[in-house]
Amino acid sequence: MQLTLWTYEGPPHVGAMRVATALDDVHYVLHAPQGDTYADLLFTMIERLPRRPPVTYTTFQARDLGGDTAELFKTACSQAFERFRPNAMLVGASCTAELIQDDPGGLARALALPIPVVPLELPSYQRKENWGASETFYQVVRTLAGPRAPAPGTPRPAREPGAKPCCNLLGPTALGFRHRDDVREITGLLNELGIEVRTVAPLGASADDIARLGEADFNVVLYPETAQQAAGWLQRFFGQPFTKTIPIGVKATKAFIAEVLQLAGLPADTPLPDALSRSPWYSRSVDSTYLTGKRVFIFGDATHAIAAARVATEEMGFTVVGLGTYSREFARDVRDAAKHYGVEALITDDYLEVEAKVAELHPELVLGTQMERHIAKRLGVPCAVISAPVHVQDFPARYSPQMGFEGANVLFDSWVHPLMMGLEEHLLTMFRGDFEFHDGAAASHLGRAAVPPPAAAPAPAAESSDVPAVAETATAAATVAAPAASAPITVAQWAPDAQKELQKIPFFVRGKARRNTERFAAERGLATITVETLYDAKAHFGR
Amino acid sequence: MNAVIDIAPAPTQQGCGDAPVLRERGQREVFCGLAGIVWLHRKIQDAFFLVVGSRTCAHLLQSAAGVMIFAEPRFATAIIDDRDLAGLADANAELDRVVTRLLERRPDIKMLFLVGSCPSEVIKLDLSRAAERLSRSFTPRVRILSYTGSGIDTTFTQGEDTCLAALVPELPASEERALMVVGSIADIVEDQFRRVFDGLGIGPVHFFPARHAGEMPPVGPGTRFVLAQPFLADTTRALELRGARRLAAPFPFGAEGTTLWLQAIAREFQVEATKFVSVIGPRRERAARALAHHRVQLEGRKVFFFPDSQLEIPLARFLAREMGMVPVEVGTPYLHRQLVASELALLPAGTQLSEGQDLERQLDRCRAARPDIVVCGLGLANPLESEGLTTKWSIELVFTPVHGFDQAADLAELFTRPLARRMKLVA
Repeated sequence: MQLTLWTYEGPPHVGAMRVATALDDVHYVLHAPQGDTYADLLFTMIERLPRRPPVTYTTFQARDLGGDTAELFKTACSQAFERFRPNAMLVGASCTAELIQDDPGGLARALALPIPVVPLELPSYQRKENWGASETFYQVVRTLAGPRAPAPGTPRPAREPGAKPCCNLLGPTALGFRHRDDVREITGLLNELGIEVRTVAPLGASADDIARLGEADFNVVLYPETAQQAAGWLQRFFGQPFTKTIPIGVKATKAFIAEVLQLAGLPADTPLPDALSRSPWYSRSVDSTYLTGKRVFIFGDATHAIAAARVATEEMGFTVVGLGTYSREFARDVRDAAKHYGVEALITDDYLEVEAKVAELHPELVLGTQMERHIAKRLGVPCAVISAPVHVQDFPARYSPQMGFEGANVLFDSWVHPLMMGLEEHLLTMFRGDFEFHDGAAASHLGRAAVPPPAAAPAPAAESSDVPAVAETATAAATVAAPAASAPITVAQWAPDAQKELQKIPFFVRGKARRNTERFAAERGLATITVETLYDAKAHFGR
Repeated sequence: MNAVIDIAPAPTQQGCGDAPVLRERGQREVFCGLAGIVWLHRKIQDAFFLVVGSRTCAHLLQSAAGVMIFAEPRFATAIIDDRDLAGLADANAELDRVVTRLLERRPDIKMLFLVGSCPSEVIKLDLSRAAERLSRSFTPRVRILSYTGSGIDTTFTQGEDTCLAALVPELPASEERALMVVGSIADIVEDQFRRVFDGLGIGPVHFFPARHAGEMPPVGPGTRFVLAQPFLADTTRALELRGARRLAAPFPFGAEGTTLWLQAIAREFQVEATKFVSVIGPRRERAARALAHHRVQLEGRKVFFFPDSQLEIPLARFLAREMGMVPVEVGTPYLHRQLVASELALLPAGTQLSEGQDLERQLDRCRAARPDIVVCGLGLANPLESEGLTTKWSIELVFTPVHGFDQAADLAELFTRPLARRMKLVA
């Protein structure tokens, strides 16, 4: 039994719903108790779909348990078929129905419906949402495309001369973080390279489209969490290779293009369609200098976390101080990536652990999910969202992909934005002795926190002699706000004159100076921090 | 001797007292009783709700609670995994471990509810015995109780009913003659009612549930209780078993509902007519004034209720009688005739009542009726809006303070706002 307050992923049948809802003419009959229909509102409210998810629930109640829940399932199944006339159907059980063991697959088979029926076995007490989506997509592909697979060992026929190379895009689902716009961005990119996109699946694909997946030359896997398993099967049965690079960030996008050109059999020097790639210049512009070495903590699904770490270090010049994921299925990939940045990967689905880690690491920027957004808010650290789970504001009306060149522009803006906001906030606090600013001035995005974040200081090291005695409580307050923080090492006492000297340091670096000095003192076993210790530490840690 | 003046005109017709009810079975688009935790934990400030269930339960709670989940909530889920399913003895030991750890971490908790879910019910994990067992180790610091919020047993607001019913045997006994208002209502509304009862000279008055675990009201043969919410059937029975007597009344929605509700109480406590009029009159007047401009927008409009919270019948009564709306169909997950008898009598004759749900058929009826406003859950609201129907999502009716005189206009506004918005966007 696991004590859970917040869960990063839903149960696996929600993953199945994400695939069913993404598909065009496929209906899902879910054996589930009354109440499980709550999942509908994720789609109608968070993604704001203007239609109901194509899911029929049996919604059995206690009084049904004594009777024939199997009959209930069959009735629901045949009525759903009559009403919606889908071209394929998914049947399965939610966690409770798994316990009553009605075998939806067998029951549906007994109905002998004139369409393919895909039975789903989703072990609710072991697996989670992303696994459910992946398994469902795989089963759908296997059932619908399987009959068209050539005999094992048949070589892939060569493309007809003059025919354009073509591919499928695999992985986008309903309730996917920016899936809608990633598909548009990558489709545009491929088209400009002269590659046709045959089918996008599951998002927007019909049962018939799925059946014809094997016709394309290769597959582009956008989200391994949902598509890797299906792509592997397509490779084995149709000989279709699939892409491994996730095109998030300019460098990854270029690597992705190189990979795609090779799979499509196009010349490697095909011109890059990167005319609108603004983020490399923005990153080089002097305004971005203060981003250098900014300490960033990254958490999310494996795909987005790994991609974000690369963008953060190679394209933004940040320092990755923490990297983690809740996707246990891809823990190894994240561990490997973490090693690359010299940090230890945090693999957990307990947000309290994540919170403790963030509090311990004191990052200056957090890139994460909805939960990290709230953790960062509590700790007073700027934050941007890079991965599901997300709330309604991350299904925006405007075009905002994560992938491709426009995606890189979006990343730049959305990551730098909270830092700029942070700068604004610091300046406001700095001048709060000024007649125009005062304690009551509203904070920008961090809510009405009583104190500014400690040392989240995005500022050119300006000489600021006239700093009012503010923010001194910041470190203490942050510790209070972070009950989960690691046990502090024994801290040396500050001599009064050292304390006074510390006050002269601009407040936006004062927290860092205090931490560094205390660490320096602790490492040397000093009991008292003098002015000399302060400057010794400065010299020691100075870059 | 019961010289209480009837301010409201007596209903002239039979209403829906014995109207036939369409009973349907099929897919139900409703929350389970676990959703009740979302407001109950705000109400009882030192109680913790531990759901014993699956990841689905945890996911449901966080979807329903939205951002509230980040405010260090006093609820959580003990997720059953396949190791627990392997042997039940193991599951009990695991539960003890989880509870012990939880209570160590949260020393401020005075009352812990073990909340049953579909999985825990189906594997017959006996939570009441677990609660007894755990109580032995934690009494007197923490009281540990259990109730079910499972979807197979409860629909949405019924979760509050099963919770309160579990609390009733724990209430201290008392012979004292007192009024008990039953059903969690917003604190601000509670305070308003308190002032009214003070004005009427009615006391002592207790609210159940109380804001703190240690302040739960006494109960006994002298207790006269009145329901503030219509979904409290089990709680009613449990209170009656302890000798308390229910005062039948419509529910305090709208100026009329609130007046009739207070009138039933005043009659029982023998408040003089002049006093009642002098205390209630001005408040009722104020509510009526506030309601007047909403009536202009709502009068003659057709309203269709999908089943959700059991508030549907009292709300339809309010909308019909005070706002002049036409209820086309009033769906409710359960119809407890006894508890809503006074409501049914006031509902316009000929209103279609339905109990239970066959979602697809009800949607067909709804589309055919082309109501001006549809009251439904969040899973249906946007899809119906995209079909051109105007909706009011029903959950807000449970979370927003809507009881009493001073909320009457807020209640009406919940219905005028979607209509006003549609008109603005069309214009």
